[in-house]
Amino acid sequence: MENTRRQFIKKIGSVSIAFAIAEPVYVIGQYFSVEAPENKLNKEEINSWLEVLENGRVRIFTGKLELGQGIRTAIMQMAAEELDTSLDLIEVHMAETGVTPDEGFTAASRSIETSAMSVRQAAASAREIILKIAAKKWELPASELNLKDGRVTGQNKEAYLHEILEGKQIDGAVDSSVAVKGKTVRKYVGQPIPRKDIETMVRGDQIFVQDLRFPGMLHARVVHPPSYTSKIVSVNAAEIEELPSLVKMVRKDSFIGVLAEKEYEAISLAQQVKSLVSWDAPSALPDQNELKSYLKSLPVEEKVQENRGNAESVLATSEHKLEASFFKPYLMHAANGPSCAVAFFENDMLQIWSHCQGAYPLRRTIAKLMEMPEDSVNVKAVPGSGCFGHNGANDVATEAALLAREYPGRHIRLQWSRDDENRWEPFGTAMIADLQASLNADGKIAAWKCDVWSDGHSNRPNENPNTLLPSFFLEKDYGHPGIGYRGGAWRNAAPYYTIPNLKVDSHMFQGPLRISSLRSLGTYTNIFAIESFMDELAEKAGKDPFQFRLEHSEDPRAIECIMKLQPKVEGLKLKNNEGLGIAFSRYKNATSYCAMAAKVHVNRANGKVRVEKLWAVVEAGETINPDGLKNQVEGGMIQSASWALLEEVKFGSTHITSLDWATYPILRFPDTPEVEVEIIDRVEEPAVGAGEASMAPTTAAIANAVYKACGVRIRSLPITKELLKS
Amino acid sequence: MKNNLKLHINGRDHEINVDPGTPLLYVLRNELKLNGPKFGCGLQQCGACMVLIDGEARPSCRMPVGTVLKSKITTLKGLIGNDGALHPVQKAFVKEQAAQCGYCLNGMVISSVALLEKNKNPSDIEIRQELAINICRCGVHSRVIKAVKTAAQDL
Ligand code: FES
Ligand code: FES
Repeated sequence: MENTRRQFIKKIGSVSIAFAIAEPVYVIGQYFSVEAPENKLNKEEINSWLEVLENGRVRIFTGKLELGQGIRTAIMQMAAEELDTSLDLIEVHMAETGVTPDEGFTAASRSIETSAMSVRQAAASAREIILKIAAKKWELPASELNLKDGRVTGQNKEAYLHEILEGKQIDGAVDSSVAVKGKTVRKYVGQPIPRKDIETMVRGDQIFVQDLRFPGMLHARVVHPPSYTSKIVSVNAAEIEELPSLVKMVRKDSFIGVLAEKEYEAISLAQQVKSLVSWDAPSALPDQNELKSYLKSLPVEEKVQENRGNAESVLATSEHKLEASFFKPYLMHAANGPSCAVAFFENDMLQIWSHCQGAYPLRRTIAKLMEMPEDSVNVKAVPGSGCFGHNGANDVATEAALLAREYPGRHIRLQWSRDDENRWEPFGTAMIADLQASLNADGKIAAWKCDVWSDGHSNRPNENPNTLLPSFFLEKDYGHPGIGYRGGAWRNAAPYYTIPNLKVDSHMFQGPLRISSLRSLGTYTNIFAIESFMDELAEKAGKDPFQFRLEHSEDPRAIECIMKLQPKVEGLKLKNNEGLGIAFSRYKNATSYCAMAAKVHVNRANGKVRVEKLWAVVEAGETINPDGLKNQVEGGMIQSASWALLEEVKFGSTHITSLDWATYPILRFPDTPEVEVEIIDRVEEPAVGAGEASMAPTTAAIANAVYKACGVRIRSLPITKELLKS
Repeated sequence: MKNNLKLHINGRDHEINVDPGTPLLYVLRNELKLNGPKFGCGLQQCGACMVLIDGEARPSCRMPVGTVLKSKITTLKGLIGNDGALHPVQKAFVKEQAAQCGYCLNGMVISSVALLEKNKNPSDIEIRQELAINICRCGVHSRVIKAVKTAAQDL
């Protein structure tokens, strides 16, 4: 059948190489194009989401990317259910400009809420239209027809979908009034359907952007400056040009990179070039030991975020008042695989393969930086190493693009070193949350005040080139990216508890390090603070932590979540130096619920905390894939334990000093906790993402457990030896 | 200086023309197009690049190819039977869905194969110790431990 929708794409023979990516296998070069792509695809149209192929097969389009969260499988389940079609007949095409709908970024646990739901509704609408067309064709009532595994049957008639459509695509809008089967039938949805890409991975087949190979592809490395603001003073170009195996040195202002035929040659060349370039005075970063007071000394934008009742005056007159200040350092995404991209430039057209979270936003921003028309740039998202927010993906793609423009006609592959990744990725910002609260005579919270200090939580590509790292190195002044998305700072700053008098004030600063979004944004700090403080208040009120939380909860879903956790840890026998802590949060105060318990062992003599076990109860509305959901929640628990116990971006006066896994250690096998997750499936509720749900309550539960084990309140992360010895 | 070198990889002899100082990782990935071993740190700290060298799990990112000319080198591809069947460890990782992004998976599988060669029935602690070099940012550790145990039963 003619691929009508994408006729505009002209294949370039030499680069249409077979590339198996996940399952089902398809050809990655297939959509390689240097032709101008279509305009934005219209999300209202069914055929923006769904394409009928031959022999009952269906291709789904999503603007989201598989980041290890299992979204490909979840989307297949949605389509399979609505079309009652075996998963083997469904393939998913992920984020590519001009091919998939523009769905912004794959972020904020929104892929299920947005893309998967759009696919569900589009597939349900498609089913109804196909049945209607078949009914008309065969002159049978639609109610007597049946759609299954890509075929429509009725009386003695039978035909594949593409036969019914006579080779055309479904013409029509997504109809939100069509009832979805996913909520009732649940043959595919709600089942622990295994991901197929894991087999591709264990076989060592190509799957990641790092695995892309094109004929004649060159390898590149970039030589980064010693600090955020350094500029090149001089380059010994004569000596560089003489270096054996150099294909080309590219220099534009303070951006400098090398191209070579072989990857290891490029790595060695970059090292040699480094010694042949001199840079000017580096920027001065503040003293890390004084970071908290430094951040508080910065100019701030202040805003009242929430104000109900009369928190300030109640607090001023209260006798039973507590206050505490909580601190969280800069954290790194620290992807296992350093960022990587391939770029190809020819005839004023640029093609990029990137593990970015947003193909369209990256295209728009790169086009601005490179002063090219937007439709001359194509971005295809290809999976990379799990990123957990905005890491170096866009930056490396932009650098590859700048290099490719200087060497047209050959694919340029650039992968960052560990050192590049750690020094240059945008971190999750340091934050401070100052809390005050008072209790009334019944030991209930009378008033609560939160002052949160934070930098922004997203500087994703937004059409301003200053959101891309190379803008730091180019002379043209794009301005400082500024605070960026502010909302992340006070995400979950208001407790999800019944409190009559509440005030939340935000204080936004512009910190010394490059920042952007990291898994769960400000929620992590805010819930660490709130849930630690809830335990302090419970203790002051002489109440058990479970009881105290339940007394302040109204939402029956929250209550069920907390109550399901209680029997798992009640009556647990604790040894000396062991402690049990709990925490709860509803992500964004609006999506997934998570109640968490942690059992820790603390050795105060050597300052070592061991998280022995974590228990979670999670509710994310309608569960699409219970095993996928569990996997996300478990991963969040282990990652959060790592943040809590070990992680902190270190820096000196010049630049970052956490350069590798020795200087930025994360939790390894001998120290990872055992994890247990129970899911509450609420079919009648909308499905919400849960990829970030467990991050914040895990750290809070660990901090509370540490207190129970050794009597030290944790108000600053990570939980270091020094804190425990104090 | 480039040389013609003979390597024994996944049960076959390969002749390649590279500088013997090139780390094995780049030879496997780029000359032989094997995707299993991944670049993670280049510092022998993360295990992304693990391969089996005469049955031992070793990082390949700093191992000069010239030093393993006499060794049997095995990657994920080499674990697969001639009939395409997965090795029990590979099967167990699929069964337990022991991955998120999967970037660490190569190292996890290779380390687990080597462990089970020496120790047919490893305890939790032994598994954790043997896999200590393998970094996983996504936090699939508990599933990996389960997968190793599942594989131990099938071997
Ligand atoms: S890449 Fe070899 S150990 Fe990290
Ligand atoms: S699954 Fe992503 S690093 Fe392990």
